[in-house]
Amino acid sequence: MARVLVVVPALNEEEALPGVIAGVRAHAPEADILVVDDHSRDGTARAARAAGARALRLPIHLGIGGAVQTGFRYAHRHGYDFVVQVDGDGQHPSAGIASLLEPLHADRADVAIGSRFAGGAGREGFRSTAARRLGIRLFTALCRLLAGVTVRDATSGFRAYNVRAVRLLERSYPADYPEVEAIVLMARAGLRIVEVPVRMRERQGGRSSISSLRALYYMVKVSLASAVTATKPRGSGPGRGPGRVDRLSQ
Amino acid sequence: MPDSVPVDTSRIQYVAIAMSVLLMAGIIELIRRNRLREQYALTWLACALVLLFFSVWRSALDVLAGFLGIAYGPSLILLMILGPGFLLLVHFSIVISRLSDENKRLAQEVAMLAERVDAGHGDEPEAP
Repeated sequence: MARVLVVVPALNEEEALPGVIAGVRAHAPEADILVVDDHSRDGTARAARAAGARALRLPIHLGIGGAVQTGFRYAHRHGYDFVVQVDGDGQHPSAGIASLLEPLHADRADVAIGSRFAGGAGREGFRSTAARRLGIRLFTALCRLLAGVTVRDATSGFRAYNVRAVRLLERSYPADYPEVEAIVLMARAGLRIVEVPVRMRERQGGRSSISSLRALYYMVKVSLASAVTATKPRGSGPGRGPGRVDRLSQ
Repeated sequence: MPDSVPVDTSRIQYVAIAMSVLLMAGIIELIRRNRLREQYALTWLACALVLLFFSVWRSALDVLAGFLGIAYGPSLILLMILGPGFLLLVHFSIVISRLSDENKRLAQEVAMLAERVDAGHGDEPEAP
């Protein structure tokens, strides 16, 4: 039986978390759930434990990339076969976890990305502004250009990874706005990426971490970082290796 | 007005020498208190020495400028400050990037350790 870890990065999500965790337990009862609390100011970690999940509370705020990577490192260390990343704000439908894992179980892919736009997802599942759609299209082009993969929803953080992917990302994962850059990184490391249609929900409370003011910075930063990643030797990642902390003996 | 009033230019030289010596003393004191890592201590000591050198031998600047083909001496000062200053800033950016990466890894490690401690013993990773 394959061991699955559902990693839930969360920042100030004590209200949405119980619902998210309940949803994951209902749709993936065999999976372990790990909430990574990115130094929230509310009781995110407490809410996670109360809902029956494991929780890691980061002693300092690392940003989404550092939080997600904590989950990869945890999964790597504890020998999980698959990792599913589900946002703590409730916009990712836990009903989609099974369909994300399916291509990984069948060994047709190393990474599955839950996509709002892939065939079958349906437009009505997600409403978006014109500027947002333009940005998403730009990232699709970027992934095709830099990594040779077609990902129609490159900013989606609803993803499943197998051991090969976790082993790569545990070592190197982009710090902020990591989704697009991670695709370039993974594709260039030779990982097989597929998109799986899912219907995202409206956010349950909280706001998107990307405000309109930051949008421009976001686009420029992601484009540049992805381009830089594409120039690195295949198989290596962003960030430096030597700072690595030695694995503790179990 | 120029040249009519004799100016004691040696006065500014004393001030410059005094400041250079003061800077050097300050850096040595920082090293003594272990507030500065050796690699930086050496850099700043070298800076202080250069300052002292130019305040003791004032025409050195013009001699060096002439040797390099710089017509206006003070622009050599600008070059001497901007060049190494820029390199130093790049160096600090590299150091800060490395530090924050190491910091991130430590934070991740601490979070995982804390969970194991809270869970009980740490021999078996268990759900709390």
